[in-house]
Amino acid sequence: MILQIEDVLCTFCGCLCDDIRVEVDGGRIEKVRGACRLGSSKIMGHNRIKSPMIRVNGSLKETSYDEAYRKAAEILVSAKHPLLYGWASTTCEALKKGILLAEEIGGVVDTTTSVCHGPSIIGIEEKGLVGTTLGQIKNRADLIVFWGCNPSEAHPRHTLRYSSNACGRFTPDGRKGRKVLVIDVRETRTARNADRFLRIQPGTDYEIISALRMIVGGKAESLPEDIAGVSRKELIEIAEMMKGAKFGAIFFGLGLTQSRGRYKNVDNALSLVSELNSHTKFVIMAMRGHYNVTGANQVLTWSSGYPMAVDYARGAPYYNPGETSCCDLLSRRDVDAALIIASDPASNLPRGCVEALAEMPVIQIDPFENPTTLFADVVIPSAIAGIEAEGTAYRMDGLSLRLRKLVDAEYPSDVEILQAILDNVRRLRDDN
Amino acid sequence: MISGRTLAQGAGCEDKMSPLYINEVSCCYLSEEDYRALGISDGKNLLLTSPHGSAVLRAGVDKGLPQGMVFIPMGPWANMLIGTDTNGCGMPGFKGVEVEVTPTDEKVLDIRELISRGR
Repeated sequence: MILQIEDVLCTFCGCLCDDIRVEVDGGRIEKVRGACRLGSSKIMGHNRIKSPMIRVNGSLKETSYDEAYRKAAEILVSAKHPLLYGWASTTCEALKKGILLAEEIGGVVDTTTSVCHGPSIIGIEEKGLVGTTLGQIKNRADLIVFWGCNPSEAHPRHTLRYSSNACGRFTPDGRKGRKVLVIDVRETRTARNADRFLRIQPGTDYEIISALRMIVGGKAESLPEDIAGVSRKELIEIAEMMKGAKFGAIFFGLGLTQSRGRYKNVDNALSLVSELNSHTKFVIMAMRGHYNVTGANQVLTWSSGYPMAVDYARGAPYYNPGETSCCDLLSRRDVDAALIIASDPASNLPRGCVEALAEMPVIQIDPFENPTTLFADVVIPSAIAGIEAEGTAYRMDGLSLRLRKLVDAEYPSDVEILQAILDNVRRLRDDN
Repeated sequence: MISGRTLAQGAGCEDKMSPLYINEVSCCYLSEEDYRALGISDGKNLLLTSPHGSAVLRAGVDKGLPQGMVFIPMGPWANMLIGTDTNGCGMPGFKGVEVEVTPTDEKVLDIRELISRGR
């Protein structure tokens, strides 16, 4: 029997699109409609890790779930300072279990936020955020600025559903009724669709934002003719475009957080937006990558008071990005075992960190094989959240949405796996 | 050098041992002018060297890039060139790394070789 499921949530990026249609036949997803290329690729699925595995004499051997849980618990209990990393592509409920586990073993919980919008969060902690929801932007914004982000490739349906091309209550003309400005170091696909593209030199975001703040603050005459390769005249036009909007929205990406200046770029952009509110309504939002990276920050914040990089080794939560964040812990060899869930640090961390990780015992929980599997010591395949397991996720604007289970899984969920590891850890500690 | 997301990198993101993902993240992109100047149209690869490491990648053209800039889709090849220093905020410099680019006859490694021994 073919089952049509409407309003499915896509668990790929932070857009968390909730209008996908899925056709299920014989317990398998046969068709996906309405999703972008990224979402379809994930929902349709592909090669799965078939069985739990443990590394014996250098190669992975299939084993039972019980044996994998026991081995994972042994690694975590014998480690002095384990890292529990990932969490952005699983449910909030999974992270809640992960935090319990970290408390039990005195580990560090860090999420992929650290190498994504971690600096944005630090910037927001310093300055505060003039934020909003994607619905408000869709319904009201007449100027959309994409700064250091490329939704055409990273969030393909963002423009149509929420921003530049979306038709809303007070924006019935969609793209035609809006101005779109792209600020980037390269002419991306997003830039090609903009009304105006400002190309800046790499690592000069801070200077450009500072110059815009001076112009918005009425001090344009104090600026030099040329600011980091951009003419003052051009920046004055852009500032006027911003001030002239009825409702402006800046979406910013890793162009700000991963280049020179890091969190200071974001801090400065937040100030610019705050100051623009003396002239008109302006908001700003981070383009969050993984579908539940926002949720991971929420769960950690309500549990520990801190949004990422939380160290439980002292018996109470401790947070200091640059010390307790994954790259720093790995490059300084400050952790001696790792549990990696729903992420792939072997692909996404700098080489020096990957080498450190490969030297220590690694437990991997993931539905799919990836380069981290190549050196993992315990591999535990899991159900895919939002497809084979239910749970909660947060969209990039902080809206929480409920993920449904669409088909039955042959695999346990992340929550069940973490609970089983936690039970084994408690048993081992009781025995000792 | 800057690294970042692309559509193919994202579509292969949950199937990382697939040729779709591997081919995308082991290719670097240059401006048309730089591509021509390096004389690599005969299928040669490029050796990229930064202060932190080196990697051999295939090369392509991205007309949106200015001269003097290399773009690599984020992944294990780009990360060979990135340092671990986070300036005290947890974030390494994934964008804005100075690299030297030279044509090479070396081949692009298989993902298994890259992870186990590098370059």
